[in-house]
Amino acid sequence: MDDTDKAIINYLQKGFPICESPYQLVSEQLGIPEAELLQRLQKLLDEGTLSRFGPMYHAEAMGGALTLAAIKAPEQQFDEIAEIINRFPEVAHNYQRNHDLNLWFVIATESSDRIQEVIQSIEEQTRLQVYNMPKCKEYFVQLQLEA
Amino acid sequence: MKLDAVDREIIQQTQAGLPLVSKPYHAIAEKIGITAQEVIRRMTCMQEHGIIRRIAAIPNHYRLGYRFNGMTVWDVDDQYIDELGAKVGQLTFVSHCYHRPRHLPEWPYNLFAMVHSKTEQEIKIQIDVLSEMLGSYSRGHDVLYSTRILKKTGLRIKNYVSA
Repeated sequence: MDDTDKAIINYLQKGFPICESPYQLVSEQLGIPEAELLQRLQKLLDEGTLSRFGPMYHAEAMGGALTLAAIKAPEQQFDEIAEIINRFPEVAHNYQRNHDLNLWFVIATESSDRIQEVIQSIEEQTRLQVYNMPKCKEYFVQLQLEA
Repeated sequence: MKLDAVDREIIQQTQAGLPLVSKPYHAIAEKIGITAQEVIRRMTCMQEHGIIRRIAAIPNHYRLGYRFNGMTVWDVDDQYIDELGAKVGQLTFVSHCYHRPRHLPEWPYNLFAMVHSKTEQEIKIQIDVLSEMLGSYSRGHDVLYSTRILKKTGLRIKNYVSA
């Protein structure tokens, strides 16, 4: 990753235009030829420096539902509990964290009723309480990870 | 904003990524069988209505050297949480900021902010910045680090066209 790659990553985290020739517009801003921008973007995606490039859709705005949930898995049963949770296709992420609430997972479904059903099934199968923490409000963020 | 079948086709065609060709919106249009102008109009509209949060590059945190990723959680007065959340979201090292419900007595925290840094020292500074910003509005806080990723399939919405 050289300085031009870094400039591309930093610039494109902020946004990308919707117009006839958006890459040309961005390449003029960065001062490199359009073909080079496209080639470098492809490489950054192929090597995994960028996880993705494109529109980020809002799940709830599309009619889907999301929640963050946590569980206190006893240490002896940790792997077993994690496996039960991971088996649900609705579970998109699952992280172990350093807290009594040691399993944190995101449930994504196409309807909000389905969230409750998934939580109930996880509680039945694990015999543990699921702490449901759906967002009450999301605050606008300006994340910029300097490359 | 109500999405129709064409909007859903655009979503389906772009949720994995934008085509890396000189005229990407033309490429999408060609696949769906509509004009590029129509794709541009619809995507602009979806962005204005928040269906598209933004079109951008998402770096892999770890590849850029951000090895310290912490979920900071704070117990702040509900009365001031929106004001405080808006301020916290402005910090460039915060990637997500949410108001979530407490589960008393074990879980007193209602403000969540994910922070990212390259060094342990830097993440401590970030937490100090947050602490100072929240000041006496915060009655307590904790920082949870992920010790293992057990699953990460992402939020790909399947079968949206038929939904």
